[in-house]
Amino acid sequence: MLELLWLPFTIDFMQQALITAVFLSIAAAVLSCFLVLRGWALMGDAISHAVLPGIVLAYAAGVPVVIGAFIAGMFCTIATGFMTEHSRLKEDTVMGIVFSGMFALGVVLFSFFAIDVHLHEILFGDILGLTWRDVWQTGVVALVCVSLVWFRRKDLIIHSFDPQHAKAIGLPVKALHYGLLILLSIVIVTALKVVGIILVIALLIAPGAIGYMMTDRFDTMLVYAVGSAVVASVTGIVLSFVLDSAPAPTIVLMLMVIFISVFLFAPVHGLIRSKRRARMPAPGLEST
Amino acid sequence: MAEFDKDQNPAGIEASNVTVTYRNGHTAIRDASFSIPNATICALVGVNGSGKSTLFKAIMGFVPLASGTVEILGKPAGRALKRNTVAYVPQNEDVDWDFPVLVEDVVMMGRFGHMGFLRRPSKTDHGHVESALKRVDMLDYRHRQIGQLSGGQKKRVFLARALAQESRIILLDEPFGGVDVKTEESIISLMRSMRDEGRVMLVSTHNLGSVPQFCDHVVLINQTVLADGPADVVFTRENLEQAFGGVLRFHVLGGQDLHDDDDAREVTVITDDERPFVLYGENDPAARSEKVPDKADHS
Repeated sequence: MLELLWLPFTIDFMQQALITAVFLSIAAAVLSCFLVLRGWALMGDAISHAVLPGIVLAYAAGVPVVIGAFIAGMFCTIATGFMTEHSRLKEDTVMGIVFSGMFALGVVLFSFFAIDVHLHEILFGDILGLTWRDVWQTGVVALVCVSLVWFRRKDLIIHSFDPQHAKAIGLPVKALHYGLLILLSIVIVTALKVVGIILVIALLIAPGAIGYMMTDRFDTMLVYAVGSAVVASVTGIVLSFVLDSAPAPTIVLMLMVIFISVFLFAPVHGLIRSKRRARMPAPGLEST
Repeated sequence: MAEFDKDQNPAGIEASNVTVTYRNGHTAIRDASFSIPNATICALVGVNGSGKSTLFKAIMGFVPLASGTVEILGKPAGRALKRNTVAYVPQNEDVDWDFPVLVEDVVMMGRFGHMGFLRRPSKTDHGHVESALKRVDMLDYRHRQIGQLSGGQKKRVFLARALAQESRIILLDEPFGGVDVKTEESIISLMRSMRDEGRVMLVSTHNLGSVPQFCDHVVLINQTVLADGPADVVFTRENLEQAFGGVLRFHVLGGQDLHDDDDAREVTVITDDERPFVLYGENDPAARSEKVPDKADHS
């Protein structure tokens, strides 16, 4: 049994899959903290679907897919904003229409261009067919994401927590907003080969949600998010090897297992603790 | 705490002919002009949708002005922001209280405009945070997550942030929402001491009863500025009727309702559902600021 568990670490394509998944999950986990705190979960889902036509057109035109994906992602958010402002509909309604429409457009466009990737690979990733080039590319993305977020995290926190104050003290709020969107598009494109654009949303939300349930401090939340994402990636890939299941969904399932355990057993905000606390009044809470 | 020069010539906030039109074509404020002197607590009074929050945004330079100017201490609003001159205290409802930040983190946010590129707090920054927390009497709560505080404590944390920011102009959005009378009084006394240091506080409120109690100055607004000036001049029944129109309820109790003798004096109770504003028959300014119970029975 132990040998079977160790085997994936010795095979070339499994090594590539493991390292890439770890890099990607770190990058996604860092962003997920902000997505969760800003209520951008649906936005992340929308962008990850809406990039498809951009990716297809970029493939067809021979330009880097990141550029196509970014433009499509921006188009999705800007179109959503414009239509929300100029109609009586709520933002989530408009967003649902825009991103599903763009996704459909991507699938239809796909059949017009002879592209040498399978649609299935874009949607669900091709984690066992990576090259060392993919590995280091993902590594660079992770490094950029982590360092940008780490060094600007205080500005990003203020901007998420209190945008009015962020503006009042003269922070570049537009740059922060679009910077985050750009990072989001980059991570989604990077995830293309690894978990695909359907499941990337799990990596972009679940780690942040786990961190948020575990702690009341942002830096600790970041650590929990990255930790849970890395653990889920490694165990998911090893388990998929053992069970002979698809790796990407197995990673997502492992994240769900962690999330549900945290949802139930987290020290302060878990279901069991908060139920127990509801029965006993909390100490030391004055009324003034 | 640093004292500010109270007699400095330019007014604290000076708005001239401000018109704000949103992109969807809606004009929220038209031709609004008012002037607030230094070392003043000024109430911004108006019904919901009268343009109070738009006016706040205009003062902070968040919305482009279709015409007119806003000057803060004699400088254009945009320039004042970069110098941390303006602080904003949000309504309790506008804050995500589950956000993973502690009380001292929030107060430290007031210092960010003073920090370098990496936002590493210096000894001075920590000192400002600590003295601000001490001043609002929240030092013991510095390591609490903000959601664990009561309504009044929450308010005080954001006041501490404004203090730590060393702002001369402080905009407060409905500071007495969800706060009991005792806390309201402690917030008012804190604001008074901040005024005495030369700061300007602009308080948006529809809590009419407490306005004459703690405000020196009043700006009445409904799409435009209806009246502005010292509270005892502007805060009159006629002006309030104009500002609130049908929303306001008036109750005039006079003669036989109040007493058995033939005293002809009346009491007027004006309320829009919060603490009512009471005018006594003599129209004596001193009597006016007498304390009124929080939720008087106005049925």
